[in-house]
Amino acid sequence: MKMTDSKPDSSNDLLARVDDFKSGRISATERVENALSTIAGLDPTINAFHDLLAEEARSTAKELDATRERGDDLGPLAGSIIAIKDNICMNVGRTTCSSRMLEEYRSPFDATVIERLRAAGAILLGKTNLDEFAMGSSSEHCAWGPVRNPHATDRVPGGSSGGSAAAVAADCVDAALGSDTGGSIRQPAAFCGTVGFKPTYGRVSRHGLVAFGSSLDQIGPLSRSVRDAAAIYEAIAGLDPADSTTSDLEVANCLASGPADPARLRVGIPREHRNDRNHAGVNEVLDHAVDRLRAAGATIVDVDLPLTRQGVSTYYVIAPAEASSNLTRFDGIRYGHRAESVPGEGLEDLYARTRTEGFGDEVRRRILLGTYVLSAGYYDAYYKRALQVRRLIKQEYDSAFEQCDVLLGPTTPTPAFPIGADLDPVSMYLNDVYTVNSNIAGIPALSIPAGLVDEDGEKLPVGVHLQAPAFAEADLLAAAAALESLLAD
Amino acid sequence: MTSSDSQPTDPGGPSIEEIARTATLARLALDQEGLEAARTDLTAILEHVALLSSLDVEGVEPMPRPHDIVNRLADDVPGPVLDRSVILSLAPAVEGDFIAVPKVLGEGGA
Repeated sequence: MKMTDSKPDSSNDLLARVDDFKSGRISATERVENALSTIAGLDPTINAFHDLLAEEARSTAKELDATRERGDDLGPLAGSIIAIKDNICMNVGRTTCSSRMLEEYRSPFDATVIERLRAAGAILLGKTNLDEFAMGSSSEHCAWGPVRNPHATDRVPGGSSGGSAAAVAADCVDAALGSDTGGSIRQPAAFCGTVGFKPTYGRVSRHGLVAFGSSLDQIGPLSRSVRDAAAIYEAIAGLDPADSTTSDLEVANCLASGPADPARLRVGIPREHRNDRNHAGVNEVLDHAVDRLRAAGATIVDVDLPLTRQGVSTYYVIAPAEASSNLTRFDGIRYGHRAESVPGEGLEDLYARTRTEGFGDEVRRRILLGTYVLSAGYYDAYYKRALQVRRLIKQEYDSAFEQCDVLLGPTTPTPAFPIGADLDPVSMYLNDVYTVNSNIAGIPALSIPAGLVDEDGEKLPVGVHLQAPAFAEADLLAAAAALESLLAD
Repeated sequence: MTSSDSQPTDPGGPSIEEIARTATLARLALDQEGLEAARTDLTAILEHVALLSSLDVEGVEPMPRPHDIVNRLADDVPGPVLDRSVILSLAPAVEGDFIAVPKVLGEGGA
């Protein structure tokens, strides 16, 4: 399976297909059948999907076709086909988090983002594979086999939203939702040649997202274009009474004025993000993007983010600490896997056997790490210190954004690596070196495809990463749309 | 260091006893091989985390969440709840209208 290009293509994006549907060039029912046929052909290889929601999708499509036939109002995403990462609850099918722990779990409610996508007219076609409980950067830590990168099926798609990224890259769906705790939307987007957008913490409701790191998690879109990402973001963002951390700030119509004028953009290039540790091709792709912006009149400024590498250390204290707390709920009592009972066994034994059986290696590792850094005697040395460094990282961003409107760097240090590379945990975590600090500071960030590199005879996508101040999604998306346009020329 | 009760891990990493204690706290049942593997992994990760100990954080207020958002309080009125039958349908073991669990108290009672 070879993808032809990794450049953005708005002639073939979600909004183009919504227009096709609304203008009567194709029915929603035909769209669903076409997508199911594509998935049937490709998914045995890429393994992007868990459950397909074919009957649900057909039923929604039929309703949309009837609505269009009557001439009634159609939503902004009407007729689009969207896949959902399988850690987002839906009241149809299973919500497994790619874990044996939730193998048969059926959520009795919809996440807020699901309600909002449905209200916007989207057809939700299936649940996508992920690293178990969203913990991973390769989509190999999956209970039912790894996801494969559609550009090179011997390589990972990135993670943890690897199934969502692969499904979009392989054109199985128009777009997908992912979740991003330290780069889990943007890193797979970069590896698979799609757009991946993590909004500001608090912009999108986490109600119904199975919690990993509650002060870091954010839901966002993976799409074929920046304008698609903006449209999906606008549909799902905004205050939600069911998530008290959502912001009541108004969600702007992000691309109402079109892409930003590059001549009015100040783009900061963090010195720490362009270095010799990156794959040479990654630096070349970044340099090309900077050159295009400069040639279009953008002001390019060098900025410093000296705590870039310490971000990974900070993240791998805060995220496991929060995960160890959030995952205590999986105890085999109220829902999920329960170990076979053993005569004479007490409740504590049942908890321990259930959790040891139900969780995979990476999840157990992070629960242990989180429990350790929160335990008496180590709390201040690790957890409290990490929260202090978190503030320093935020202050570092505040200083950088005094000099520029957006930051631009590589999304990842390397292109997609081979499946089974068997990276040690720290090496795997360093994949997120350029993405974790956006979550730590809670700012919006986005990866767009910016070129291809040759690696062992394969052409692999490379993404560039844009970051903006908190709640400046409109500016970020406008800048990204401008860069997308420059790179497409 | 900002507190006398808290020390960074020994440069050699956590001991097997500390890993075992942590596994107990985390409600995980690891055998000896599992404990050894966890010790190796945590030692390598904590070595990387040690990058933080070189930073001066004196007087820096910890930041547990991004932004200065605060929880909004909901009105104290009943909202929608799941039906009991739905909750019971999710439980791995049920007896009548109850979720079944092993004996909670020890032989001596409490």
